Amino acid sequence: MNWGVVIPLLLFLVAVFGIGFWSSRKITTKRNFLEEYFLGSRELGGLILAMTMIATYGSASSFIGGPGAAYSEGLGWVLLAMTQVATGYFVLMILGKKFAIKAREYKAVTLVDYLKGRYESKSVVLFSAISIIIFLFSAMAAQWVGGARLIESVTGLSYTASLFIFTMAVLVYVIIGGFRAVAVTDTLQGIVMFVGTLIILVGTIIAGGGLTNMMTELVNENPNLVTPFGHDGNLTPLFVSSFWILVGVGVVGLPQVAVRAMSYKDARSMHRALIIGTIVVAFMMFGMHFVGVLARPILPGIEVADTVMPRLTMEVLPNWLAGIVLAAPMAAIMSTVDSILLLISSTVVKDVYLNYVDPKATKERVKKVSYGLTAVLGIGVFAMALQPPDLLIWLNLFAFGGLESAFIWPIVLGLYWSKGNKYGALASIIVGVVSYSLIHNFWPNPFGAHTVVLPVVLSLFAYMIGSKMYLRR
Amino acid sequence: MKEEQDPRFQVAKREAWIGVGLVLFNFLWWFGFAYGFGSFPVEDYQYIFGMPAWFFYSCVVGSIVMIVLVIIVVKFFFKEVPFTKEERDEK
Repeated sequence: MNWGVVIPLLLFLVAVFGIGFWSSRKITTKRNFLEEYFLGSRELGGLILAMTMIATYGSASSFIGGPGAAYSEGLGWVLLAMTQVATGYFVLMILGKKFAIKAREYKAVTLVDYLKGRYESKSVVLFSAISIIIFLFSAMAAQWVGGARLIESVTGLSYTASLFIFTMAVLVYVIIGGFRAVAVTDTLQGIVMFVGTLIILVGTIIAGGGLTNMMTELVNENPNLVTPFGHDGNLTPLFVSSFWILVGVGVVGLPQVAVRAMSYKDARSMHRALIIGTIVVAFMMFGMHFVGVLARPILPGIEVADTVMPRLTMEVLPNWLAGIVLAAPMAAIMSTVDSILLLISSTVVKDVYLNYVDPKATKERVKKVSYGLTAVLGIGVFAMALQPPDLLIWLNLFAFGGLESAFIWPIVLGLYWSKGNKYGALASIIVGVVSYSLIHNFWPNPFGAHTVVLPVVLSLFAYMIGSKMYLRR
Repeated sequence: MKEEQDPRFQVAKREAWIGVGLVLFNFLWWFGFAYGFGSFPVEDYQYIFGMPAWFFYSCVVGSIVMIVLVIIVVKFFFKEVPFTKEERDEK
């Protein structure tokens, strides 16, 4: 075991637990358990709001998969990754103050609560709750696998043992601390990610003998690496541009991100979060992906793209610094799964249990169910991640695109188009999910754009037609 | 139609449109520089601080421009509004 690398990782985990315990004390002092546990009593300030949004959204792919792809494709992949800068300001500006005000009016704690308040329809509640549970559960399980693999590669423990450590680490602070613990640990994790990016970027440029030198080496190896078109010219402008929808503006439709837009304290926090969020996301996305390209002159010929980041870190940095940098992808994975775990459990407790199973549950009972359910879900994910079934991988592949196609219009048009109604919302959710899964499987990347584009357009039409048809009657 | 008249929602609506405007501008800047300068043959590429010009303007300068724009927009065009009744009564 490489202790130089493991110790910073352990320290990081200890800090995360500390935050969990600190937050659990808050829970006992707050009057409204559900609002505290699942939404932190809507008290988030600017920094925490910005960080929790970025950390929730920036997952393993930003730190492992993304730099790996940039390694293979060259600067064109950095260009593609930069489409995510928009998430720093767009989500909060679009949902904005109206979403925050409306969520308070409806006393909404989950995204489904909000839809319930806006559309007053049982089917909308049911369909949205089901899609959230299925898609996000799969997305979470896949991240769980990633987290375990990372621990496995750093510590040399077996996969099962790594998975166990990862599960325990996440479950403890999510169960006892709830949303506040998740948001505050996200902030810590976001800072780790930011600092890690800075260190590895500087370290790599120094190790490679400066940018000019590294670019020359890239051109000598394959001139396509410094063009926007990918290593063999396969990244067309249309394909790359369509990522503006998948990872840029479409993120508005992701439940785990949208729910954060109802958790902040006041307009001032939102304003600060907009500025901090844009700066941090721009720097992190640029830095991590650029580093992936720059790894090429230093470590040529890596076959498995996912190992680029860990190997580069070990190569260019001293051990103890490598530990800090490798804590960054760990942080990215944890901050994504903690939010999703809590979101699923809130969906089940608030939207299914309290709506349909036991509407008159006492406060103590709700508390027990919430803790218990979060634990059961965590253990369920653990079991699935031990031997991930094929279905899981298949579901995870289109979890984000599917959720975006389902929810973007019911959320956004629900806010700003007063004529939108439950028929439109229902049509939009169904058309979004169905068309996404069909196109994903039978007609991937139609007309050279990413799969997500067409379903988002179709679900927009479904929303408008559904809403209009009801009006005419 | 009471909702339409709530001045807080007028503010919210305006700010959402500003968001759309920013994203369109962001996209045009990103696309224009990347594929405008990037489409030259590689031998003709110019380099700024060691980076190809298309990459420098689209990814580096583009991000800085967006950060500055967000700061300007938030400081000068965004309004603080109360979210709840209690908060409104305080003011």
